[in-house]
Amino acid sequence: MTAIASPAAHPNPLARGLRMTAIAVAAVIAYLVVLWMALSLFGGRTIDAAFPEALQQTVNALSIGAIYALIALGYTMVYGIIELINFAHGDIFMLGAFLSVVFIGGITGNNEAVTNIPLLIILILGALILTMPIIGLLNAGIERAVYRPLRKAPRLAPLITAVGVSFILQNVALTIAGSGDRRAPQIFPLDWQISVGGAEISILSIFIFVLAMVLMLGLQAFVTRTRLGRAMRATAQDQEAAALMGVDANQTISLTFLIGGMLAAAAGLVWGLRFGYVRFDLGFNSGLKAFTAAVLGGIGNITGAVIGGFIIGFIENFAAALGYARWQEFLIFVILTLVLIFRPTGILGQHSGDRA
Amino acid sequence: MTAADQRPQAAEPMLVLDEVNTFYGQIHALQGVNLTVAEGEIVTLIGANGAGKTTTLKTISGLLHPRRGTVRFEGADVSKTAAHTLVRRGIGHAPEGRRIFGRMSVLENLMMGAFTRDQPTIPPDLDRVMTLFPRLRERTHQLGGTLSGGEQQMLAIARALMSHPRLLLLDEPSLGLSPILVQQIFSIVREINEQGTTILLVEQNALQALSIAHRAYVLQTGRVVLTGPAREVMSDESVRKAYLGED
Repeated sequence: MTAIASPAAHPNPLARGLRMTAIAVAAVIAYLVVLWMALSLFGGRTIDAAFPEALQQTVNALSIGAIYALIALGYTMVYGIIELINFAHGDIFMLGAFLSVVFIGGITGNNEAVTNIPLLIILILGALILTMPIIGLLNAGIERAVYRPLRKAPRLAPLITAVGVSFILQNVALTIAGSGDRRAPQIFPLDWQISVGGAEISILSIFIFVLAMVLMLGLQAFVTRTRLGRAMRATAQDQEAAALMGVDANQTISLTFLIGGMLAAAAGLVWGLRFGYVRFDLGFNSGLKAFTAAVLGGIGNITGAVIGGFIIGFIENFAAALGYARWQEFLIFVILTLVLIFRPTGILGQHSGDRA
Repeated sequence: MTAADQRPQAAEPMLVLDEVNTFYGQIHALQGVNLTVAEGEIVTLIGANGAGKTTTLKTISGLLHPRRGTVRFEGADVSKTAAHTLVRRGIGHAPEGRRIFGRMSVLENLMMGAFTRDQPTIPPDLDRVMTLFPRLRERTHQLGGTLSGGEQQMLAIARALMSHPRLLLLDEPSLGLSPILVQQIFSIVREINEQGTTILLVEQNALQALSIAHRAYVLQTGRVVLTGPAREVMSDESVRKAYLGED
């Protein structure tokens, strides 16, 4: 069984954290350099003009990658614990985006940027605090009502049910909100930027990245350091053995859906802030990419989902920066295919059957 | 709080299996098993592969439920009780194949064993099991999957002990271990029993099991075919032939 794998208690977690951070920073710098070179070689810019653009794009890539990573976590955690590819997860993200539009729009009453920093923070945090539990509970409720009765059914049954749930959620949104784009209030001022070496770095992008990192580190701390988090990993590794420890599998699975839904809701909120619109079919496209991220990183693996999310963000950004935005998806799926041919378990995926 | 206070019928043995019939789908794995374990005993369950030994343990710990018959633990019918609840009631189960959490450290595995316990009781318990199994202390931060077979077995037993079971079910603790380790495991099993834990031991290694057990049951195709004090079972001719490699 694939498991929710994550770095286990390490004799020196600090050293491990520092090493991972160093690798991540190196990867980002490598991307920056590659993009810089690509822009000057194939993008028709001079080498001086290409650098600030590459820097801006790298920060954008980090923020979009963070959104995919947040969604990918829900796919990977659910797969890790019940081996279900939850096709409805993208639509949970979409509903999160809608709900935060309702909350923020309902409070501010208009679409204008809020320049009062404390007020802005209160608005965003308030929307997160309202949206995350509601969407998380909805996700857990769907599991309780629909997937749980199929727990012992052949695996195709819950899978096709998840596709059905996806359609239901999309149609609920379609019925309520209509088929067109709905404006999402961009309360975070888009013109807030910092100048670094001629580049104008979007503060919103930095905010999205930081928020996602805080949530992901929180998740990491939860699964490695708390009793329930350990129970979740144990259930993912061996449900029967976990039951013999006193772990209620149903409760743990509910918790997994709850957390996955909460992270997707957070992703939905920042999506609205960044792109300024929401639509009923948002979950399909972004959901598919996030799912790809989870598979790329090694489905079932939490760290893998995060890495996969950022890789997808980088690929997408790379294509867009060079003017091939229409080729984004092509490129993403070519890379996915290549990774799966040469490493079917994904970047960090373990082979199953490591049961002693 | 002691277990004895909660027991409605002190006269009944700690564990009673009464005409237990367990199925795997259509396969009738246990065909009317009667078995008792009294407090303080080591009882062993021996028999060939497929006789139903593991099924019996799983039916007791709640991983399987009997279709007919009852399992009573400390006077209460637990036939339909879920495994995760039975841990809290005092049944610990070190399952067949060890089933340790391979991607968790030794410490985390032990913490999982203490899942039902209050936080303050955990450190002394950790100390207790690490005294029983000093190797685990040396390997505290190593991942379970990287341990040797013997160490994994020690971890599986230690993990089950962390829940403070009054009844400990051990499924083939000697499987795949070197003779020296087998000796060691069995002497620790006896020690655990002497410290007050009742033990139901499933074994292929009948000779070893009988040498530490008080009583024994011989299982054959889902039925108890022989029972009695371990000494008597050991001297039974059919047992010597079938399980002790004599002809």
